[in-house]
Amino acid sequence: MIAQDEKIGVYVCHCGTNISGTVDVSAVAEYARTLPGVAIVREYKYMCSEPGQDLIRKDIEELNLTRVVVSSCSPLMHEVTFRKACNDAGLNGFLFQMSNIREQCSWVHDDRERATAKAKQLLAAAVLRVGQQVAMEERIVPVRPETLVIGAGIAGIEAAVRLADAGRKVYLVERLPSIGGHMAQFDKTFPTLDCAACILTPKMVSVGQHPNIELLTYSEVEAITGYVGNFRVRVRRRATSIDPTKCVGCGLCWEKCAVKKVPSEFDAGMSMRTAIYVPFAQAVPNKPVIDREHCLHFTRGKCGICQKTCPADAIDFDIQDEILDLEVGAIIVATGFTLFDAGELARYGYGRLDNVLTALQFERLSHASGPTGGEILTKSGERPGAVAILHCIGSRDENHLKYCSRVCCMYSLKFAHLVREKTHAEVYNFYIDMRAFGKGYEEFYRRVMSEGVHFIRGKAAEVSTVAETPEEEGKLIVVGEDTLLGVTRRIPVDMVILASGMRPAEGTEKLARILSLGCTRDGFYLEKHVKLAPVDSPSDGIFLAGACTGPKDIPDAVAQGAAAAAGALSLIDKGRVIIEPITSEINPEVCAGCQLCIMTCPYTAIHFDSERNVSVITEELCKGCGTCVAGCPSGAARQKSYEDSQIYAEIEGVLA
Amino acid sequence: MPDQQFEPKIVGFLCRWCSYTGADLAGTSRIQYPSNIAPIKVMCSGRVDPTFVITAFADGADGVLIAGCHPGDCHYSVGNYKAMRRFPMLAKLLDQFGIERARLRLEWISASEGHLYADLVKSFSEEVRALGPLRWKQRIAPLCESVDIARSQAATV
Repeated sequence: MIAQDEKIGVYVCHCGTNISGTVDVSAVAEYARTLPGVAIVREYKYMCSEPGQDLIRKDIEELNLTRVVVSSCSPLMHEVTFRKACNDAGLNGFLFQMSNIREQCSWVHDDRERATAKAKQLLAAAVLRVGQQVAMEERIVPVRPETLVIGAGIAGIEAAVRLADAGRKVYLVERLPSIGGHMAQFDKTFPTLDCAACILTPKMVSVGQHPNIELLTYSEVEAITGYVGNFRVRVRRRATSIDPTKCVGCGLCWEKCAVKKVPSEFDAGMSMRTAIYVPFAQAVPNKPVIDREHCLHFTRGKCGICQKTCPADAIDFDIQDEILDLEVGAIIVATGFTLFDAGELARYGYGRLDNVLTALQFERLSHASGPTGGEILTKSGERPGAVAILHCIGSRDENHLKYCSRVCCMYSLKFAHLVREKTHAEVYNFYIDMRAFGKGYEEFYRRVMSEGVHFIRGKAAEVSTVAETPEEEGKLIVVGEDTLLGVTRRIPVDMVILASGMRPAEGTEKLARILSLGCTRDGFYLEKHVKLAPVDSPSDGIFLAGACTGPKDIPDAVAQGAAAAAGALSLIDKGRVIIEPITSEINPEVCAGCQLCIMTCPYTAIHFDSERNVSVITEELCKGCGTCVAGCPSGAARQKSYEDSQIYAEIEGVLA
Repeated sequence: MPDQQFEPKIVGFLCRWCSYTGADLAGTSRIQYPSNIAPIKVMCSGRVDPTFVITAFADGADGVLIAGCHPGDCHYSVGNYKAMRRFPMLAKLLDQFGIERARLRLEWISASEGHLYADLVKSFSEEVRALGPLRWKQRIAPLCESVDIARSQAATV
């Protein structure tokens, strides 16, 4: 029921032709005039534009509108915009309602008659609903000044340094023993051929030394509670078995370590490390950890040579995992990617044939501090005479990664250049399409083409060792169709590099659950809006940066790290944040004290007041799911913005 | 033979964090589906009071969809489990009302599954179309004045 003296303004948006292309907007507007309480109906090309919002503001002021409905796009898109317009004109923003006739109507129903009929239904629901809405005050809560950054690759480092430089406290959590991420493993970076270490290590050092950054390496986030501005974070610091206050990083311990055959993660398995180790020479912090899975002391209860050797008495086998409870105002997730496992594509021989390398293995092979000191050599220690680079390994593949991994074309060009430069070998690139989209990338492509690299347009079919001619004997034979010539090519080479695609980092899904983040079909984190809010997550106060939302190159990851820092800074610098009033309340007059709601609440936000014999909700802890309201048998619980009466009005409207 | 002229009315209670966003994604991806469904946004599938469902049927819906986050992915940790537990109870209630169980569905649609949402609306619309109109007023209303009583109670709270 809508009260007699209500004056509802209804605004139907064309959205250019996005809505009016399939919905008869004038018919919808005409229909709106028949709905109860409606005082004025207008249609406009772009309601969200300044003149569109002006229409609403003017009407509120001149016609004394008591409620407003806008029929346009999804409320997830512009609810905040129109709510603000109402507030600016002096109408409480919670007396506004939106109906989504674009995303869930004009864009999904191409039949004009049916789309128009549905738009009318949705509008009727919004008008009836708005009649049940009440003016509310916005809830303002303070924001803590600290930020948690999860993941210390280049995106996380950039975000942390930016915030720390702005004078804000940052907790930087990294799962591995050192910060640096994948970039620390790279040799050169495209297209400038800067040495990755030369541009990254100074940043890593400044992270390690920054007074505002508390670095928590070898640590993982275990739980997060709270809400925007006031998160409580539980971090597990895995036991390193080293007392960091005593260790000076002299390196005697790992020289003496008896376990010497653990494949080095940092060198992508191209070299061996010890059980007590620093992952690489420029690691930050530059102090070792003991890998308890391989250490003889932990696996067999003997050895202890490192402890005997250590001149600083820093090794303590009894150190246990430590649990830290932090309080932060904002969270930046920068958990990055992992390489597609080329072993899943058996036809390319990875893991079966020697000299078939992944991209990361080649980075290490070419790296001055890698296993060969930067010389590109085959397993037998010889310079290759011919090298094939196979693009799109896993990427753009219906059976594996459906998407383009964006960086592989460019790093393949970089590899081609490095191979030519260092070995003068013939280089064959098997590609589907060459994607050189970034600044200076096309120029780099042309440069590499002019260096005598061969480009064969076609995805390689397999890497074979079955020779058909004498010159193929003992070689890796790359077989693939050259789609430009329309012939099958067989290229004998000494080394094959697989340009593997990028997929979400291990643990992405687990962290998604901890943070209540959504993931795309590909497993990457979902942004709030893919174009307009690419570093915001759907949850307020949680930001996303780098390859955790999809494949990115270094410039994009850095830009996102900085952008996420700006997002966090604008939140914490303001010091307070408006929370949508969606929390629940229990009417003590009606509550029967059955306590069923207490069992339904996921946040222990409800307690029982035994004196009054009623359940009570603590608003600060309530997140507004409304589960207790649905479970309350006496109708004592109610949820702001989602009152029963409002939902009933909507049901009535859509079925009118 | 299903009545091809009959256009079922379906009310969808969609969780704002997953299914509603997924339905928006179907829109931005321009995936076409039947217009029979009318979405109602809620904060969580756990907010869907069984009375909403019965009311929707009573007000003329031929089918009702409740869609939430996949088990384990609930934005509020466990709200969808509450919806899941209420569902068998609701199904039993439908039996007692003489409403075919197939008219009510509980589904999990994530924010990235716009295509699944579209597929679901297609298949559910066809299924409800095959069942024919619910005809609450003729078939069920005489049996259950109690619902009206429940509704008027809820309205007074």
